[in-house]
Amino acid sequence: MSIDTETARRVAKLARIKVEDDALPALAGEFNAILGFIEQLNEVDVDGVEPMTSVTPQRLKRRVDVVTDGSQQDAVLKNAPDAREGFFAVPKVVE
Amino acid sequence: MSELAKLTIAQARDAMRKGETSSAEITKACLNEIEGAGALGAFAHHTPEIAINQAEAADARIKGGDSPDMCGIPLGIKDLFCTKGVPSQAASGILEGFKPAYESTVTTQLFDAGAVMLGKLNMDEFAMGSSNETSVYGNAINPWKVDDRALTPGGSSGGSASAVAADLCLAATGTDTGGSIRQPAAFVGITGMKPTYGRVSRWGIVAFASSLDQAGPMTKDVRDAAIMLRAMCGHDAKDSTSADLPVPDFEAALTGDIKGKTIGIPKEYRMEGMPEEIEKLWADGTAMLKDAGAKIVDISLPHTKYALPAYYVIAPAEASSNLARYDGVRFGHRAKLAQGDGITEMYEKTRAEGFGAEVQRRVMVGTYVLSAGFYDAYYNRARKVRTLIKRDFEQVFGDGVDAILTPATPSAAFALGENFDPIQMYLNDVFTVTVNLAGLPGISVPAGLDKQGLPLGLQLIGRPWEEADLLNVAYRLEQSAGFVAKPGKWW
Repeated sequence: MSIDTETARRVAKLARIKVEDDALPALAGEFNAILGFIEQLNEVDVDGVEPMTSVTPQRLKRRVDVVTDGSQQDAVLKNAPDAREGFFAVPKVVE
Repeated sequence: MSELAKLTIAQARDAMRKGETSSAEITKACLNEIEGAGALGAFAHHTPEIAINQAEAADARIKGGDSPDMCGIPLGIKDLFCTKGVPSQAASGILEGFKPAYESTVTTQLFDAGAVMLGKLNMDEFAMGSSNETSVYGNAINPWKVDDRALTPGGSSGGSASAVAADLCLAATGTDTGGSIRQPAAFVGITGMKPTYGRVSRWGIVAFASSLDQAGPMTKDVRDAAIMLRAMCGHDAKDSTSADLPVPDFEAALTGDIKGKTIGIPKEYRMEGMPEEIEKLWADGTAMLKDAGAKIVDISLPHTKYALPAYYVIAPAEASSNLARYDGVRFGHRAKLAQGDGITEMYEKTRAEGFGAEVQRRVMVGTYVLSAGFYDAYYNRARKVRTLIKRDFEQVFGDGVDAILTPATPSAAFALGENFDPIQMYLNDVFTVTVNLAGLPGISVPAGLDKQGLPLGLQLIGRPWEEADLLNVAYRLEQSAGFVAKPGKWW
């Protein structure tokens, strides 16, 4: 499995990380090195093996479905780079 | 004065209870050491006012006869833990300026027990690294030195390791996703423990790979690890994976008697090209446990070789998902936008500016292995291999093995800037990463020095939830190894 510049561009886009065009070939090279390392997993016979979902076999605890927290608008917005009138502000999303 | 900063938790506890010293005195001694240790890069944020207030409160409490084990003990806190009103950046530029409005469960429990916070400790960005070279704060440096090169304290808990080894604090919190407590502990000659997955609440700890992350103590000896672990663990309703199990008195389990215990030596950990000194350390450690009355058996963990590649699918996959929240909207850094930039440009520029190279690399690898068409080939296959790795351990524990002895790292600490290739760097965790994949407790104990005079550690791996037994075997190993070396002060 070889990753070309186009695939690297697509992955960067999916990850929402801006990568300049001239950095894409080097990035593709790094992906290939890491994926080459990962390819070793193909040697393992995994027929009939369940993929792990939980490392400790325990039932997740349940709790009553009630509100336990809230009314903390100021605390929630306090660290926002741009908060206005009780909301997070972002560039215009819908024209 | 500086002698007080050298105390272990147990020594300080006992001395404070007897009234021979106070938390205020020990805390001031530590603050003084920290001030003179800027060259180590261990502390990223200093909180002397909080420390002094907490120390005075602890002293009042001790005077009143209410002194939990951790009461008045000055600690360093890894920057990955959210601490209320104090910068908590995970050593990342993307969390620049972030001051949580809440306190992590672990630090809440430690502070409730009377512990004192000296400041926040350097680390690899988002705990991704094995040398503390990916931090936005710059490198943390190993207090050990053999020539004019600056050595790595390991990673990701490099600041924690450096601070404890240099006696800037009595102990520190660490977190371990693939070896991030145990590898740095080994590189600086201290004790580092990763508990069973679920033993310690992850709530309020910046998430890297949620199915692997566990916090644990980094301490000057095994007794301190036992004391501090007890204060850190317990069930937490805010972490659905935290185990609702009683927390034993781990310190009480330290008898040093391991007669009749069965210790497994896994043949797959004898790596090709492993330095002779590591081989010898391992053989010496085996002999020590045998002399102490343990039964030594050769065991096989056949899927060991596949642990690192499986980890480098699972951890980046989880990281790509966990780190999606850093988008420049709710906290931390937002990029300056150009005319006409929309929300997608905001995300992309913010994340390109805020994340360092290694974090970007892992987020993108994770994105790739989870993407349509590759999910089965990479992610699901890695999760199946993880099942097999865990099964290997279950088999040997089922056969009666009580603990497993391995080297902690494939080498001693290397020089900063020496290890540029990402995959070479990943190999640092070759002996530790299996433990995270299987969710087991593991502890690194300093056991000797290499030819150059640098510390080397041995790792013990235990059965799930049996930290008390594991700590006792580690205690025995510590007594037999008699490691007392300290780095010479150059900073």
